Amino acid sequence: MAEKILMKGNEAIAVSAIRNGVDGYFGYPITPQSEVMETLMKEKPWETTGMVVLQAESEVSSINMVYGGASCGKKVMTSSSSPGISLMCEGISYIAGSELPCVIVNVMRGGPGLGTIQPSQSDYTQCVKGGGHGDYHCMVLAPASAQDMYDFVDWGFELAFKYRNPVIVLADGIIGQLMEKVELRPVKPRRTEEEILRVAPWATTGKPAGRERNIITSLSLDSTTQENFNKKLLAKYESIKENEVRFSEYMTDDAEYLFVAFGCSSRICEAATDILRQEGIKAGLLRPITLFPFPEKEIARLAGQVKSIMSIELNLGQMVEDVRLAANGRCPVGFYGRQGGIVFTPEEIAGEFKKFNNLK
Amino acid sequence: MKEEIIIAGFGGQGVLSMGKILAYSAIMQDLEVTWMPSYGPEMRGGTANVCVIISDRKISSPIITTYDTAIILNQQSLDKFEKSVKSGGLLIYDPSGITRMPERTDITVCSIDAIEVAAELGNAKVYNMAVLGAYLKTKPSLKMENVVKGLEKSIPSRYKDLIEKNREAIEKGMERVKILSGK
Repeated sequence: MAEKILMKGNEAIAVSAIRNGVDGYFGYPITPQSEVMETLMKEKPWETTGMVVLQAESEVSSINMVYGGASCGKKVMTSSSSPGISLMCEGISYIAGSELPCVIVNVMRGGPGLGTIQPSQSDYTQCVKGGGHGDYHCMVLAPASAQDMYDFVDWGFELAFKYRNPVIVLADGIIGQLMEKVELRPVKPRRTEEEILRVAPWATTGKPAGRERNIITSLSLDSTTQENFNKKLLAKYESIKENEVRFSEYMTDDAEYLFVAFGCSSRICEAATDILRQEGIKAGLLRPITLFPFPEKEIARLAGQVKSIMSIELNLGQMVEDVRLAANGRCPVGFYGRQGGIVFTPEEIAGEFKKFNNLK
Repeated sequence: MKEEIIIAGFGGQGVLSMGKILAYSAIMQDLEVTWMPSYGPEMRGGTANVCVIISDRKISSPIITTYDTAIILNQQSLDKFEKSVKSGGLLIYDPSGITRMPERTDITVCSIDAIEVAAELGNAKVYNMAVLGAYLKTKPSLKMENVVKGLEKSIPSRYKDLIEKNREAIEKGMERVKILSGK
């Protein structure tokens, strides 16, 4: 049996990065995710796998170090929390515009501005819809446990290299700070130079004679070239929507009412579903695991089955817009959220659910 | 089986590490656990608390507002969490940390003079393990062998010589716990 270790979600990110052959981590400390870099510094992977761990002078620097490392075909990543992610958005847009793979972890805290250091999900719109300028999408994965934090690093790199696209792991202060049992998967060694040439033939690894130059850029001064590139990105995003949607369902088979919630909120909604079921109310839960691509087909299907849907989020109502688009009028869609770092309880959600649905 | 526990006291009393050792012990017994700290601009001397859930099934919400057991190490925490213990639940407190007695009559109340245990063992750092011992005695769901394994997993290797001391403190805590009211 694989070893099971008690660790925080943040620690799981760091341990997973080392064990999955990540080449470089560049970051800048910020609560509630500082344990990511603290764990990396404690583990000293540069002495074992040769992984580079570097504290940059700011988030602007760390994302541009990621840009550089990714250009060379390396598996590179960063992590931060909300205000730090805002600083990175220019770099993320450049990385998306240069079609480079990388993993960015956002352990969200309350905002706007410096906000609070407590858990929040208020960067949904920022991370799922863009954040930086220009028509682009990051693939966005929403972990709900320490095990997910461990597993999504590897999955994130797999997707990032498959589509040459940045991947955001969108966690929150709860998932970052929560300690749970984590099963360590088999180790994947760092890629050799030969393997990098094979998986990333586009990378700037040094031009041999007889090969065209590999150019990494997001600049195109010719409008037609740029439009063609935008269309190429669109085709990529369509392919991602077609092939990479992931979600999980709880008690939806016979559900008459549906919760949609991601990350920590999905776990609290699972408990709320149990409370309602005990009272004989047929509630169910859909948890989007990928936020881009969004499980719109499954929500549309369930919207035809249930009497109503409630989107439960730690923000003022962001994902609910996508839930409404997916439901497309098939059933009423409501919202309940808490903000500022306050986390709702299962009982609170069950109560709000009954209010919304006029149930006693 | 599902047990929802809050451990609350001052920062520096070992509240978080007690929770971690408890959680690790449960993992060694093949149970599911969550360990959720109150995090914030905390500092030594400020308040600290952690919620630990132990269950034989997958745990959904790690966020809880009522508790089967509250382990209380200072007055602020008693004021805050006494009312949140489920009826029929358990409250364990250290009398040297509080200025008024718990008032609930529908729960089991126990006390542990853990400062005394730590003083006898000549090591202030094992204070929290005496408290843990009191809990393990009152709620004997975890086997001692698994607790020792949990200790070994949780204590950094440079402090390995402290494992025996911690174990002693747990055992003394088990001996010294006083059941004041309830079952």
